Amino acid sequence: MAQVPKADELAKVSHRPPETPWTETPVEFRPGTFCYGAKPKNLEVVGLPNPREWNPADEDWKLPDNWKDITLNGMKDRLDKFRSFKLFMDICVRCGACADKCHYYIGSGDPKNMPVLRAELIRSVYRKYFTGSGKIFSKYAGARALTERVLKEWFYYYYQCTECRRCSVFCPYGIDTAEVTMMARELLNELGCGIDWIAGPVANCYMNGNHLGIQPHAFKDMIEFFVDEIEEVTGVRVEPTFNRKGAEVLFITPSGDVFADPGTYTLMGYMMLFHEIGLDYTWSTYASEGGNFGLFTSHEMMKRLNAKMYAEAKRLGVKWILGGECGHMWRVINQYMDTMNGPADFLEVPKSPITGTVFENAKSTKMVHIAEFTADLIRHGKIKLDPSRNDNKIVTFHDSCNTSRAMGIFEEPRYILKHVCNHFYDMPEGTIREKTFCCGSGSGLNTDEYMEMRMRGGLPRANAVRYVHEKHGVNMLACICAIDRAVLPPLMNYWVPGVDVTGLHELVGNALVMTGEKKRTTDLRYEPLPGMEDEEDDDV
Amino acid sequence: MNASRSIIFSLVAVGILVCLPLIGVAAGMTSFFGVIVPYLAVALFFIGVVARVVRWARSPVPFRIPTTCGQQKSFNWIKPDKLDNPWDNKGVVLRMILEVLLFRSLFRNSRMEFYEGPKIRYASAKWLWLGAIVFHYSFLVVLLRHLRFFSEPVSSLVHLLEGVDGFLEVGAPRLYISGLALLAGVAFLFLRRVTIPQLKYISLPSDYFPLFLIFAIAATGVLMRYIYKVDIVSVKELTMGLATFHPVVPEGIGSLFYIHLFLVSVLFAYFPFSKLVHMAGVFLSPTRNLPNNSRMVRHINPWNYPVKVHTYEEYEDEFREKMIEAGLPVEKKE
Amino acid sequence: MYDSGKIIPGIILFVGLFTFPLWSNLGKAAPAPKPELPKTEKVCVMDAAFMKTEHMVLLNDWRDKVVREANRVWVGPDGKEYQMSLQNSCMQCHASKTKFCDQCHNYAGVKPYCWECHLEPKENM
Repeated sequence: MAQVPKADELAKVSHRPPETPWTETPVEFRPGTFCYGAKPKNLEVVGLPNPREWNPADEDWKLPDNWKDITLNGMKDRLDKFRSFKLFMDICVRCGACADKCHYYIGSGDPKNMPVLRAELIRSVYRKYFTGSGKIFSKYAGARALTERVLKEWFYYYYQCTECRRCSVFCPYGIDTAEVTMMARELLNELGCGIDWIAGPVANCYMNGNHLGIQPHAFKDMIEFFVDEIEEVTGVRVEPTFNRKGAEVLFITPSGDVFADPGTYTLMGYMMLFHEIGLDYTWSTYASEGGNFGLFTSHEMMKRLNAKMYAEAKRLGVKWILGGECGHMWRVINQYMDTMNGPADFLEVPKSPITGTVFENAKSTKMVHIAEFTADLIRHGKIKLDPSRNDNKIVTFHDSCNTSRAMGIFEEPRYILKHVCNHFYDMPEGTIREKTFCCGSGSGLNTDEYMEMRMRGGLPRANAVRYVHEKHGVNMLACICAIDRAVLPPLMNYWVPGVDVTGLHELVGNALVMTGEKKRTTDLRYEPLPGMEDEEDDDV
Repeated sequence: MNASRSIIFSLVAVGILVCLPLIGVAAGMTSFFGVIVPYLAVALFFIGVVARVVRWARSPVPFRIPTTCGQQKSFNWIKPDKLDNPWDNKGVVLRMILEVLLFRSLFRNSRMEFYEGPKIRYASAKWLWLGAIVFHYSFLVVLLRHLRFFSEPVSSLVHLLEGVDGFLEVGAPRLYISGLALLAGVAFLFLRRVTIPQLKYISLPSDYFPLFLIFAIAATGVLMRYIYKVDIVSVKELTMGLATFHPVVPEGIGSLFYIHLFLVSVLFAYFPFSKLVHMAGVFLSPTRNLPNNSRMVRHINPWNYPVKVHTYEEYEDEFREKMIEAGLPVEKKE
Repeated sequence: MYDSGKIIPGIILFVGLFTFPLWSNLGKAAPAPKPELPKTEKVCVMDAAFMKTEHMVLLNDWRDKVVREANRVWVGPDGKEYQMSLQNSCMQCHASKTKFCDQCHNYAGVKPYCWECHLEPKENM
């Protein structure tokens, strides 16, 4: 694995394009800037084509002989299926408004990370084979032939796009590079040229129900470990159930929350909340993954993995589904799930059993976001909160790309934050809400061999955090995304040491005053609560 | 292809397009350049644009993928953003009107400033938006003013527009602001393309060519109006002949007019086959013209097909023993 | 979702709007103007081709010279002197505004502002 350069080295970014035109600048597979190729065993599990041992840095990619036909036919197929793709191939005027909106461009200076050029990588091929002008005028019409070099460029740069959609906010025609990247990745996957960090979780999720490949008994074990932890901190024993038929609500969250901190603290927060309000809910070990790395593979794979949610809700006979804190999971639920695997006519329109609120905005998918659910509880005064328990945390909020630009859930998490902590400061306008910056590791790029690019791509986010860190002393970055919780800690560590990362419901868990709880002296991380530093010492 | 070659290629192309009618008219081909070419170009324009839109329309919108740029509609106590995150058709129509008429997304533009440290700032950058507005609206005004060549009597609306456009009342013939604004707009769009290094790097010949073509069209128009004047009555006889399908080619119209007409014809003919179709495409963009209500109303994908899934039964078959051992409920006990 | 219910009307609207010059003139003959030329004189102050395209420049120039410089005499290219005056020179020959000026101006949709200061000749038309 490549060593990541020191922060002050990485900070020297030149945004001047090179002398050679982009069409004549070959891609260089430098360690730290690309992800490992998909391993054959992972492709075989889900039946993806061309499984083989390969390395993107190798000269020979062991492509099938007819790879060009596969790719061009694949393009034609997708042009006919997706108006977005066809339209976005035709109408870009290269005004450049998107250029400096991409976090990877800002952090790397590589011109092919400008969204416009990223799309041109495939647009140029589209012109060559699918437009009259491209066939006649060739490079004078901006067309170029599909070669192995072009394919390698696709791999490199379409796995250097996190599908965050920030560019599409600024594009006068709404051209969405995420959509282009999704098509390109589908084409690459038809040749077996995906990345293993996506293929692995996909295979795991398909067979075991979650990205991490946690088997049912282990899943139960892990959650029960956190039941003990909760009891340790609060004195209250929560009682989660698994695969229970007849529960009112099925709860699904990314498996990352079960697996690694700080996501695990958020998991504890969920369970404490559900216990306190007496929610009749169940976990599922079969649908034990909120996230969906199928989204980063192909529309078909997204559907195949997502199908478990409705199938399990139907099998268990629940009334509706509650979804945990996750970014791309909510892109899938908000924009794809009902269309792909609906209609969910076996479920009921979600209604909070505590407040009686009917979630009209989810009346078709029947799936509610936990931030919506909790905000509604707070609004109706159904839970008792002591925000002073979070007084040692000066909090800012990272809007995750997918929940921002493919959903628009901005106020609900802020409403919760303002009730569970006393010190909340937003980052500057232009770096939050619909203009929020990616963590730099989204869309399945949160792997260690890609660390240099992750640090580069996360720089704009870190830069905005540093602003509030220096101005308001912010030491806690809250988010509602499992990938964020996994990747923001190393990012903060690299660019803004002194800022920790938390999920929204970890803060809820800290502030939640539970019935029958013991005197709380520590937060969920066993850090002393404000004013309890001495008592902590007494215990030792 | 590098920038200078792209620019030279486009310049030469427009240069040739200027010379063609010049030579042709000198050789007496006035009917060809005055009648046949314009008719062909207009036919290509309509057929081309309609065909292009139909081509797009033949691909469905399988998923509802609006880019949400504001608060979603959830509770009645949280104010949703009707314009930037519409949940119904009314909101979408408003969003689209602002997008098409006022270039709202472009108005959001900012400029990244990268300092040592590193420190990154995002400065306001409205020049592109302003330039685009000036360019498109002056072009529209110029186009509408030309309706005086295509109706008799001339509509009072056209006169009103001329009055506004020429409100400075400078010179004879009266100076129209739109013509100069159009030239300035094109010049701005060109200059930013060659002075901003990133933009220069991404520009193709097909970015320079329409700019040069439109500049040449505006320039010949301005020259014809103020300096090398042509017999406007004969010009109108020709244009009215075209509009009423009784083409006539009056004698003695200056060749500058034929250059102007030919370049306009080229623009019309080129339009549907180039990036200029963004005029039509902007209406079809699925990230803008759809409401964000896919959790409320199910969106239908016409090609939705069954996929292979790993069913619960298969899952339980694999893990049954472990599940029973862990006390997890199972469907089949054996 | 194909949205044909929106796209087809959109196409019709586009074609309808953009072909306005074609259908709005249907069934209308648009005869070319025939300005009535003076019977008394054969030549104007400049030749006809020049006058066709440049008369507005000349008149504008005359106005400036008369009003701003109080100069009323203009010497033609042939050395002949003329009095710079719309009413006393131009309209001596081109006596009828309606039969001469308005013919082309109306046709070409030009609205000169001569008559914002000058009194329009009363014509019994």
